[in-house]
Parts: sequence; structure tokens; C-alpha cells
Amino acid sequence: MTNRTMIGAIGVSVAAALAAAAPALAKDAVSIAVPAFLSGPAAGPFGVPARNGAEMVIDAINAGKLPAPYDSKGFAGATVNVEFVDESGGNTKQVAEYRNLIQKRNVDAVIGYISSGSCAALAPVVEELKTLTVFAVCGTPRVFEDGERQYIFRTMSHATADNVAAAHYIKDMFPAVKSYTGINQNYAWGQDSWRDFELSMKVLMPDAAQSDKVQFPKIFAGQYGSEISALSLDAAELVHSSFWDGDLEGFIFQATPRGLFKQKKVILTVGGTAAYRLGKKMPDGVILGARGPYGILVRDRKTALNEWFIKTYFDRYGTYPSGPAYQYAQAVLATKIAYDKAAAAAGGFPTQDQVIASFKGMEFESFSTTVKLALAGGHQAITENVYGITKWNADDAEPGVTDVKFYPAECVMPPDGVNSVDWITKGMPGAKC
Amino acid sequence: MALTSDRTTLGLTVGFVAVALLGVFVLPDWLLNQILVAFSRALAVVGLLVLWRTGLVSFGHALYFGLGAYTVALLGRNYGIGEVLVTLPAATLASALVGFLLGFIVRRYREIFFAMLNLAFSMVLFGILVKTEALGSTDGFNVEQPTLLGIGTDDAAVKLTALFLGVCAIGWLTAVLVHRYLGSILGSLTTAVRDNEIRVEYLGYSAAEAIHGKYVMSAALTGLGGGFMAISLGQVDPESMVNWTVSGELVFVTILSGPGSVAAPFIGSLIFELLRTYAFELVPYAWQLIVGGTLLLIIFFLPGGVWSVLSRLAGRRGVEP
Amino acid sequence: MNLLLTILVEGLGYASYLFIVSLGLTVIFGVLKILNVAHGAFYAWGAYLCAFLIGEFSTMGVSDLGTMVAIPIAALIVGLILGSAIERTIIKNLYGRDEVLIVLATFGLFLVLEDVILLVFGVDPYFAYQPTYAMPGVQIGGIHQDGYKLSMIVVSLVIGLISWAVLNRTHWGKLVTAIIYDSELAVAMGINVPRVFYTVFVAGAVLGALGGAYIAPTISVAPGFGVEVIVLSFAVVVIGGLGSIPGAAIGALLVGMLRAYAVLQWPEIELFVVYAVMAAVLIFRPEGLFAPAKARKI
Repeated sequence: MTNRTMIGAIGVSVAAALAAAAPALAKDAVSIAVPAFLSGPAAGPFGVPARNGAEMVIDAINAGKLPAPYDSKGFAGATVNVEFVDESGGNTKQVAEYRNLIQKRNVDAVIGYISSGSCAALAPVVEELKTLTVFAVCGTPRVFEDGERQYIFRTMSHATADNVAAAHYIKDMFPAVKSYTGINQNYAWGQDSWRDFELSMKVLMPDAAQSDKVQFPKIFAGQYGSEISALSLDAAELVHSSFWDGDLEGFIFQATPRGLFKQKKVILTVGGTAAYRLGKKMPDGVILGARGPYGILVRDRKTALNEWFIKTYFDRYGTYPSGPAYQYAQAVLATKIAYDKAAAAAGGFPTQDQVIASFKGMEFESFSTTVKLALAGGHQAITENVYGITKWNADDAEPGVTDVKFYPAECVMPPDGVNSVDWITKGMPGAKC
Repeated sequence: MALTSDRTTLGLTVGFVAVALLGVFVLPDWLLNQILVAFSRALAVVGLLVLWRTGLVSFGHALYFGLGAYTVALLGRNYGIGEVLVTLPAATLASALVGFLLGFIVRRYREIFFAMLNLAFSMVLFGILVKTEALGSTDGFNVEQPTLLGIGTDDAAVKLTALFLGVCAIGWLTAVLVHRYLGSILGSLTTAVRDNEIRVEYLGYSAAEAIHGKYVMSAALTGLGGGFMAISLGQVDPESMVNWTVSGELVFVTILSGPGSVAAPFIGSLIFELLRTYAFELVPYAWQLIVGGTLLLIIFFLPGGVWSVLSRLAGRRGVEP
Repeated sequence: MNLLLTILVEGLGYASYLFIVSLGLTVIFGVLKILNVAHGAFYAWGAYLCAFLIGEFSTMGVSDLGTMVAIPIAALIVGLILGSAIERTIIKNLYGRDEVLIVLATFGLFLVLEDVILLVFGVDPYFAYQPTYAMPGVQIGGIHQDGYKLSMIVVSLVIGLISWAVLNRTHWGKLVTAIIYDSELAVAMGINVPRVFYTVFVAGAVLGALGGAYIAPTISVAPGFGVEVIVLSFAVVVIGGLGSIPGAAIGALLVGMLRAYAVLQWPEIELFVVYAVMAAVLIFRPEGLFAPAKARKI
């Protein structure tokens, strides 16, 4: 029998063969990983523009070509080496991949993540591995409300803002709405979005009735025939949905021939991405959000940064930038500013702790809006929020929005230290609208 | 017989001690982590191996994998229990119990029906988990920090090393015990049942009961593997713990490893894990292609799995007759 | 009343595409004794090719309704080319091997074909909404139903009738029935079994692809969407009885209705009700509700 020697020998040789560790990186370069959905239903509408936005801004940063005042080169002078990784495959896979990024590939910072599922799953792991991680898009408030975070920042508002603003917009524009229902995905994002919307409606429009058959199909289900029937049978006048990714586009394509958009008012809190991608097939009269002042809702904002962003993006990728492009670019920009600030304070290339210290509570002018890291001890950003109504612009053959209304950050996000559900339930005390 | 068995035990001991020593003193953290995950899965694969020796393949063992993982995760979330001496036995027991109950049904089936019935049961659990918000629905949830005898640590490196040593110890124990069991009379019925069930019955043993016993054992091992996986990853969700693709993955690693030895699943799992890591890094959209292609190659050209190659290599080098 | 009608229409619509897919699966199993996981890949390929062709036709100026011709074209191309290629290279070498091993081999095949889709069609989802927009809708049970769904019901009915007629009314169908009943005897009687196997496999592949092609205009065709349909169509054929055509119809109807009922009335149980029924059927009638007759071998 050879079993004994063999098992021993194999154990030793397999392990030894793989023992080579990756070399450490010099400090004239910062290596970052940017996870985004690069395959699957979320890639086209979200992952690809997100990646493009990040790529374009990183290239501009490395070349020192961002508009002033951000025209210094690199992160604190160091060239940014970026690696784009795929976010698809489920939360557990993301946790395993994140460990690989930090421990095996030794990246200095991770900037990205689209799905709330990824972020909720990663939060404890980030804290365990102690590496600066900037969440770019994901929306669940749970990331900071479930525990104190040292190494995580999020550079846009969370789901509460989208849904409080949605309720405000309904109240302002359609005060006669008497009943509402919803269709949301069956995971953190969909559940949180619906809960915040429903609670906000109870506060802002207490007379409107809520349906008892709210739909929660599985994320990436792709087929919504029966759900659309259920919504059609429902007496509610308004349908709320936080669908995003390919699910949103599939839903619009399936609901249009069923006449749902004619029969009911529909509010899509993340509808912005669909407007550009669907073009003329996007029904008119849909209430549209973009998770804040991004994409189609700020097309006409004439600031130097925004004009640079839209033009450079259009020239490079041939389409207008949608929400995710702005949001990833914003996360990259925030990280640059934090590095630069920390370097200035330290008088040399900053340590991670110094970068984190200057990141905390920062306020900066981003491409389309002002970002304040005001919540969760300076780790969670707040921005204004905005809604509009779709209207196909036949003259320019372009999608457009009308009745655009902005809501200030302090109107739609809770004050620091207050849990968002508690804040809404108590009637949103302290909101400045 | 006794001599062979002792030699294998010795070999397993040497192998696991070597891996443990290398892990603690030589290997980088990321590799330690991979071994941790690989060995967690290997525990489940040993469970499938026990069934495979009887000629049975289950396409639904993600049921027990998920049960184990969720038992650990739920004990932490709902009762704040992170003590591994509680959570891991609980994961094993929960899976064994469900395996015992379902065993009365599945033991009547063979071949494709056995495989499909298991699949159906696992999909029921999947559906329940996905649709129940209290159980975390699609997202699942984080797993409580593990403690041993009440001692926990915030230091990631210490925690990793401790878990790694834990999985090596439990892997070693499992491999030795399962090896002994397969060598025992009860265990050897396994092969006999596969070869000719009726003959086994004539010998006065009940094939159904023998299968039932093995089913419970494999459920328990798979639950233990799932529990360990939950702790190693720090996260559970239905897609990566309970969906039918997870069952497929477990069966894949079983085939990859080969039925030759209880050590095979550990090697097969590690190969699988490394393959996956490098595939994601180098060819992100060809991961399934690699897995599927490997599966086909093994079925057509290497029915004994990786183990058969290794034993052939060792044989050729003429290490000990 | 409106609710009942809606459940009926939804259930029928869902059942009809499941039936087309499951029919292919069950016929292949009945004749070749292969439970073909790669069937999900035929479905996905059919959908991708159809969505791609509809897009192409549309840019070429074909009317929205006219693009529907892409559906049969995609199904035939995928079935005839991919189906034959796979039968010739892989499946042929599996005949007579352990059933479970065959399932694993087709699982491997499925994984490979899934990634080849990514390489060929890219990672972006495809939308081929033209036919659903073009078909006029109908008011049923107080809500607006799209005509496309109703057309799907009709088509699946026609396909079911054709398959029944082919199997029961043609010489070739009788050969197939003979093989299903007892393949050894069929060989002894001089039937060219390999050729029948080949033809049946390709026909099954065409059906799988047709199911995908037909559903393509109503969904976003994105990577990985073939995964779910496999277990669903497994459930359908297991419920109905592996290898039985009426079984596939009953199974599809049952699954379709159950799901429609669940979504409309009891959303929490939507995902597992199908598998619970599958488990129950396996427990009480392991051969399925409509198992084909088995030869008694003495």
C-alpha cells in the first residue's frame, strides 16, 4: 500500500507549490479594485455605465485632466492602477472574492458595488480585513444602521432618500392619489425601498390606502406576466417599484403591451437608467427617479463639472451618462479628494488611517451635486434627491423629463444618529424641505 | 485488512499534520482561506462519497449543506450563539435529523429517482428561504463571530489560523472515522448493495436499512460541511448554499475527487477552489466552461477521478509497494 | 370571477411554454433514457438566437409582427445544428451508461454551452419586444391580456396535437413507441435504433429551443436564465411521468396553474409550491401521474 506516503507527500507538495505570495507594491502607485456587475441582467443597465464612469474619471485623474479644482495628478500623486471585477454570482461569492482581493491581490482600496445584497454581506468582512472600501451605489440603509463601521464609506444617499422623496413628489404632484401598491424585488433593496415608501406615505398622505397584495418577485426573475396581472386586478391607482437592472427593462417591456402604464400611475425610483436605454420604448408619463441628482434628471445642469462629465462621457462611449456612471465617478472622486487632503495634512503619502480620517465628514462638490458625508459618524453621504416625469422629446428624438422637482438632502435623509425607519415613523422630525 | 487500514490512518495523519504545519508557518493568508473553504466543502463531499460507494448519487444534498449553514447562522442571529462547540454539532444534528426523517422516503428509491427526489426536497427548502424575510430571503445574512470555549478574537489572522486548524482537525477525524466505517462489516455492505441488492437481503441484512443509515451519515457530514462553510465565509445566502447548482457543485467535486479514498475529497476540493479562484481572475467568463469541460473529461477519460491519477503517479515512482 | 379567469389565463400561458420545453425533455428521456440537463442550454440558445434575429430583422425593416418568423427559424437552427452536433459528439457515446452518470455529463455540457453563449452573444441582455408590441391585446376578466401570450397557448396546443399524431398515426411514430416500450426487442426486430435516437434527440432539441425562442420576446434574455427552466421542466416531467407526452401536458398545466394561483393569491409560496408537489408526486406515485407502460420482462 502506498497510501500513507502518498497522502503525506501530496499534502506537502500541493501546499508548498502554492506557497508563493504576491509581491508587495511600491507607493508611487495605488492599486484599487472596482467591482461592478459585468455580466448578467445588471451588466448592461448598471455595471457597464458604472465601469465606464469609473474608468473615465480614473484616466482623467491619472492624466491630471479633471476640471479644477481636481486637476492634480493621481491619488495624492500616486498613479491609480485599477482592476475591474465582476460583482455577479451572489453574496457569498462576493465575500469570498473580496477576501481574495485584499489578501491575495493586495489592493489598497476597493471602490464600487451596486447591489445592496453585496454591501450588506460585505460590511462585516470589510471591518475584519481593515481595508478602505467605498460603496458606490448600493442602497440599503442597513450597512451603517446594523453596526459601527470604520473602513466603509458610502458616497451617495441610501434608499430612504429615494423613497421619502418619492412620497413627497406624489404628494406635491398627485395629491388626489387614494391608494397604492408596489412591486419590488425580494431582497434587501426591494424590501427596504418598499418599507420606506410605505412608511413615508403613511406620514405624508395618511388618507391613501395601501394594497394588501404587494408583489415581491425574486431578483432576476425576468418574467412578470402574473405579477402584472395581479397589479392590474388591484384597485390601487399608484404602483411603486424600485426595480433596477434588466428586471426593470423586462418589466417595462412586459407591462407596456398589457396597458399597465396607461391604467395606473407608476413610480420607478431607479427608472433613470431605463430612459436612455429604452429610448422611445419608454412609456410617457412614468414618474422617474435616478437615486438622486444623476443621469437624465441633471442633463440640463450647467456647471463646469457636469458639462465636462457629460461631454467627455458622450465623446468616449457614445451615450449620455446614466445614474451609475455618475455614482461610480463620484465614489472615485471622493476617494481622490480624501487621499489628496490626507497627503496635504501629513506632508507626504498618507497612511490608510490618515486617508480615512480626512474622508470622514468631508463635504465636496461632485460632478452633478454637493455631497456631504454627514451620517454614521461621517461615513454615509447625503445629497439632494429629484424626481420627474418621462416625456419623449420628438424634436431631438431623445428621452426627456418634465416637472422635475428637487428635494434638499436634509428633507429626505434622517439626521445623524437616527435610524431611518424610526425617523420616518416619528413623522420625519427635523426635516428641512 | 487491519494493516491496510492502519496505514491509511497513518497516511491521513501525516498528510493533515503536514498541511496544518505548512498552513501555520509557511502559507499566505489567502491560501489558508482557500484551504479552509475547500476543506469545509470536502466534509460534505465525504458525505456524498459514502452514498456514492453504494451507487447512489443525490442531486439535492444542498438541502443538508444549506441546513447546516443556516443552523449555524440562525443560532448566531437569533440567539447570539457563536460557540462552535454548540453551532457545529447543532448543524450536524439538524441535518442528521432531517436526513433521518426523509430517509424513510428516499431509501425506497434508486438511481435517477433517488437523485430527483432529493433535488425536489432541496428546492422546497430553497423556495422557503428565498421567500421568507425572517430567514433573510435572497440576501441571507452575516454569520456571528465564532468563539471557541467562549473565547473569540477580533484579529482576522488569528481567527483564520484557528479556523484553519479546526477544519484540519475535524477533516482528519472525519476522514479517519469514515475510513474505518467503510472498512467495517456494516460499511462494506455499501459496495455489496451497489453490486447486488438482492444478495445482500439474502445475507439477512436489509438493503433499505443499510441505505438509510448511510443516508443519515451523509446528511450529517454534509450539514457539518455546510456549518463550517458558513463560519469560514461569514455569510449565508440561498443562492450559494441551497440552490440546485450547489448540489451540482458538490457532485462535481465528488466526481473530480474520485471514489478511491477518503483523502480524495480534500484534494479534489482544494483543486476545485484554486481552479475557481484563478479562473475568476484570468478568464472571468469561462468559469462554467472550465468546470463543465472538466466534468466531461473526467466522465469520459478518468472515471477514477484525481485520486486515480495520484495513485498511479505514486505507484510509478515506486514509493513503497 | 375575474380572479379565476386571470389565474386560468396566466396559468395557461405559463403552462404552454413549459409544455413545449418539457415535451422535448420527456421525449428524449422516453426514447434515449437520458435525462438531459443540457436541455436548458437548448432553451437558452433558442432564446438568444431568436432575440438576436428579431433585432436584426427589425433593423432590416421587417414589420414588428413579421419578426415573429425568427421564432421557428431560431428553433430549427439551434435544434438542427447544435442538437445534432451534440448528439454526434457527446450523447452518442453515453448510450447505455449509468443513468446518473449521463445526467452529470449533460450537466457538464450545460455549463459549457452556457459560457459559450456569453462568448458568442456577449454579457448584455437582449430585448426582442417587437412581436409582443405588435400583437393586439384582449380584455379578459377585466384586465388587459397581451395577444402574444394567447398565441403561445394556441401554438403549444398545436404542437401537442402534432406530436400525438406523429407518434400514434405514422409509421415512424410507431417505431419510436416500440423503442420506448422495449428497445432490445426493437433492435431484434431490425429497427435502426441509433438513427431513431439521433432523430428523437434532434427533435427534442428543436422543441427545447422553440420554448426558449417563443418566450424570448416576453423577457429580458440575459446570461444564466436557462438555469431555472431546467429544474422547472424536471418538475413538470417528474410530476407527469418521465417519458410520457400526456404527462408533460398535465404536469405543465398543474405547474402553470399552481404558480399563477400562488403569485396572484399567495405570493409567499410561489417558489416552492411546485417542488413540494413534485416531492409529493414522487412519494406517492414515483413513476409520475402518467407513467408510460413498461414492458414486463420475464
